[in-house]
Amino acid sequence: MTPRHWAVLLALLAAAAIGALGLRAGTAGSDAARRFFRHPTAAFAVGVLLFFVLIAVCAPLVAPYDPSAQLEIVQLQNRPPSWMHPLGTDLYSRDLLSRLVFGARVSLAVGTLAMLVAVSLGAVVGLLAGYFHRWMDGVLMRLVDVGLAVPRIFLLLIAVSLWSQLPLAILVLTIGLTGWFATSRLVRAEVLSRRELAYVDAARALGAPPARVILRHVLPNAVAPLIVSAALGIGSVMLLEASLSFLGIGVAPPTPSWGNMIADGKEQIATAPWTTLSPGLAIVLVVMALNAVGDALRDALDPRREAT
Amino acid sequence: MKEPLLRVRDLKTYFVTERGRGTARAVDGVSFDLYPGETLGIVGESGCGKTVTSLSILRLIPEPPGHIRPGSFIEFEGRNLLTLSPPELRAVRGNRIAMIFQEPMTSLNPVFTVGDQIAEAAIVHQRLSRRAARARALEMLRLVGIPDPEARLDDYPHQLSGGICQRVMIAMALVCHPQVLIADEPTTALDVTIQAQILELLERLQAELGMAIMLITHDLGIVAGSADRVVVMYAGQVVETAPTPELFTRAQHPYTEGLMASVPRLDRPPAARLHSIPGNVPAATDWPSGCRFHPRCPYAWDKCRAEEPPLLETGGAGHTARCWLVAEPQRRMRRS
Amino acid sequence: MSAPLVDVRNLVKHYPGERAWLGLGRPRRVVRAVDGVSFAITPGQTLGLVGESGCGKSTVGRTILRLQEPTAGQVVIDGREVFTLGARELRALRRRMQIVFQDPYSSLNPRMTVRQTLREPLAIHRLAAGAGADAKVAALLEEVGLDSRLARSYPHELSGGQRQRVGIARALSVEPAFLVCDEPVSALDVSVQAQVLNLLMDLQQQRRLTYLFIAHDLAVVKHIAEQVAVMYLGKIVELAPAAELYLAPRHPYTRSLLSAVPVPDPAAQKQRIVLTGDVPSPASPPPGCPFHPRCPHPKKNQRCRTEVPALRAVVPGQLAACHFAEEPM
Repeated sequence: MTPRHWAVLLALLAAAAIGALGLRAGTAGSDAARRFFRHPTAAFAVGVLLFFVLIAVCAPLVAPYDPSAQLEIVQLQNRPPSWMHPLGTDLYSRDLLSRLVFGARVSLAVGTLAMLVAVSLGAVVGLLAGYFHRWMDGVLMRLVDVGLAVPRIFLLLIAVSLWSQLPLAILVLTIGLTGWFATSRLVRAEVLSRRELAYVDAARALGAPPARVILRHVLPNAVAPLIVSAALGIGSVMLLEASLSFLGIGVAPPTPSWGNMIADGKEQIATAPWTTLSPGLAIVLVVMALNAVGDALRDALDPRREAT
Repeated sequence: MKEPLLRVRDLKTYFVTERGRGTARAVDGVSFDLYPGETLGIVGESGCGKTVTSLSILRLIPEPPGHIRPGSFIEFEGRNLLTLSPPELRAVRGNRIAMIFQEPMTSLNPVFTVGDQIAEAAIVHQRLSRRAARARALEMLRLVGIPDPEARLDDYPHQLSGGICQRVMIAMALVCHPQVLIADEPTTALDVTIQAQILELLERLQAELGMAIMLITHDLGIVAGSADRVVVMYAGQVVETAPTPELFTRAQHPYTEGLMASVPRLDRPPAARLHSIPGNVPAATDWPSGCRFHPRCPYAWDKCRAEEPPLLETGGAGHTARCWLVAEPQRRMRRS
Repeated sequence: MSAPLVDVRNLVKHYPGERAWLGLGRPRRVVRAVDGVSFAITPGQTLGLVGESGCGKSTVGRTILRLQEPTAGQVVIDGREVFTLGARELRALRRRMQIVFQDPYSSLNPRMTVRQTLREPLAIHRLAAGAGADAKVAALLEEVGLDSRLARSYPHELSGGQRQRVGIARALSVEPAFLVCDEPVSALDVSVQAQVLNLLMDLQQQRRLTYLFIAHDLAVVKHIAEQVAVMYLGKIVELAPAAELYLAPRHPYTRSLLSAVPVPDPAAQKQRIVLTGDVPSPASPPPGCPFHPRCPHPKKNQRCRTEVPALRAVVPGQLAACHFAEEPM
């Protein structure tokens, strides 16, 4: 860890803080932003997320060492935090800060991409079921019932066991494809409650084709809960990735992810607690920040939250 | 003249709008009396403060954002309702002063039977036993004219129609024989044939039980048919009050006049155009200066814009109007 | 008398009840929302369709415009048979028939400005674009009595009356001949209601519009309609010129309805006919005359309980569905 690394780390921290505060100041004119930042934790949560995203993006600049390099096998085994290794080292003498930083890339990417897959699939299914109703609704929703009835971890275990060395893309897809059921229900409920509204009828009466009705009148008004559930969903996908990695079937070692960092450290949790503490803390921080942002988004996207 | 049963003086109920950006003066200095056994109609359009007035009487205003300003005064049975302790207030609510609401379906608790809900008031206020309370509930259902009351006692609200639900609400309100019944738009959600049933029921119950009714409505037809006296509200204030026949023959306030002329009439041949009051009701955060009706008033002159008129005696018995025309009637002539 | 612009024959709309088999099976029982309704409207005239909630009057309006698919019946609007049109032809016909809704709070998309709302129909039918569309929006706003500066507003910034005017402007934007007004003033305050009614009457004059005016308020309908149809439990029970219907109603239901309307005149408090009981559910209508359980007619007899009275001309031009229409109460 050289002074340059410290400087980059502090610079990113400052950039995140300035970014969050700047966002708040820069958008003060908009009603939605005012509703968003009215939440006391919203600005802080945005800062936390910005910080982790920046770290992930700039990982090679922040990480002092190669995340997979076993630096000095004997001397640096399970060392507590020090100036050279601010988060300590693990059983394989790897620098934990470097692993955390590169792990952020994997964990955040898996969380975001898997959630994108799940949300898009759920939105499409929910829209179709809700808008066209009748038999399509019946068929799709029974499918969703089945999907919800089978424990997700069980599906994941089956899918993942088909590969000996799991590619990251497959992990993302598997998590995404098993995670859209609840979203589709949410979207369907929104659409059902909105397709009866008079402005949707008005658009139909004006001769708007179904695609236009759905895209201009139904979806934009159903999108708020979707975004909120996506923000909350990223957190839960990250936790899922962590649990899979913890079980040894997620991201394949030695690629660092926050989940397999915890898995690697679980044996020495009593003797070297820092090996699990930092990735655990990172997960908790990001998930809490996502929850806070989700809550704030819920208000931001609902104009009725503001008295006129 | 009899002593009033309920005396409201200078009632001010304000709401702080979100983030403290303004104060909505929903009810802004309302005074009126309610006499024993009478039906007092309170009319006005949405946003005039009529519902907030009725909720303030039982202190049912959510605080915050609402609050009743100091200096307001509501006297009932020799006490100021606004200074009662919570237990004292509970002894008045539902017992001495009862209330029924616009939406009978949502005002009943869906998970209890009709019988249980009616009996509850009797148990709470009169400390009746369960069995006695149930007998009381049955008696009340019979009183409000619900067919086959024994069977209805164990029904849940969703099994009943809107009209029957409103009858149940009335039964609940009257179970302790209150002195005052506040009816807030009791028939607005109902169809016209059911509305006629409910109005007739209220009339009969008042004759039998002798309570005073405060009937809050936007419908001048209901007022004409049911009320003994009328209070007309606009922009958080009382703008005119008079005995019903007097009001309908000699309305003094231009708002009352305009309102009456706006109603399409069943009893007259249709005119080519309806009279309408120009503009919209102003916002409660920003009442106009002077007379609050002046921006929409056909007679308004400088004085109306500058100075707020008090309630002036018009000469008719018990007839007052908040309008400078009462003091300068020649201006009305000049205009027409 | 010219040929009708709108001709509705034996319109039927049944709603399937709850479905068995997790939503995939056959429906259990049928709600007969509209059960054989026929009427015609002359160009430039207004037919008032009145009745209490659940009588099927709104369903009639929505089905005529094919916002809902009919169960049976025939509707001819402007010479076209609405129920047999394909998607493309139907879209073309939608320029001729439009609707104004009851609730000014749900009838406008909360995320679209007034301008966007009014430009949408112009875009759908390729009537105008760019500056031409903006000019059209300004003209429409002026026609419905709104300041053109409101074009930039969102619906939540407008009052109920202003929103209703925007809804009317939206319907007029495609220059229809026929307008279904589905309770257009019942959510408004009295003084604003009068403004909107006057506007609708002015527009009818200027644009030679034909209205189907659906309402529960008989006084409002009296003001605007030349012909009035009274519905009860999915059927028309009386259909007559307004003047006759209000003066001499033939059906006991019409009579009761009229007498139940409160009149804002304490001196003229008439004898109210207070009907007993509630409107039966359209899922299980009573046999015979649908009105017989509540009918106050003194001659009500066994026939009313078993035989459905046909809607027939009692006097020329005045139709009623009552066995005793010749002897009104």
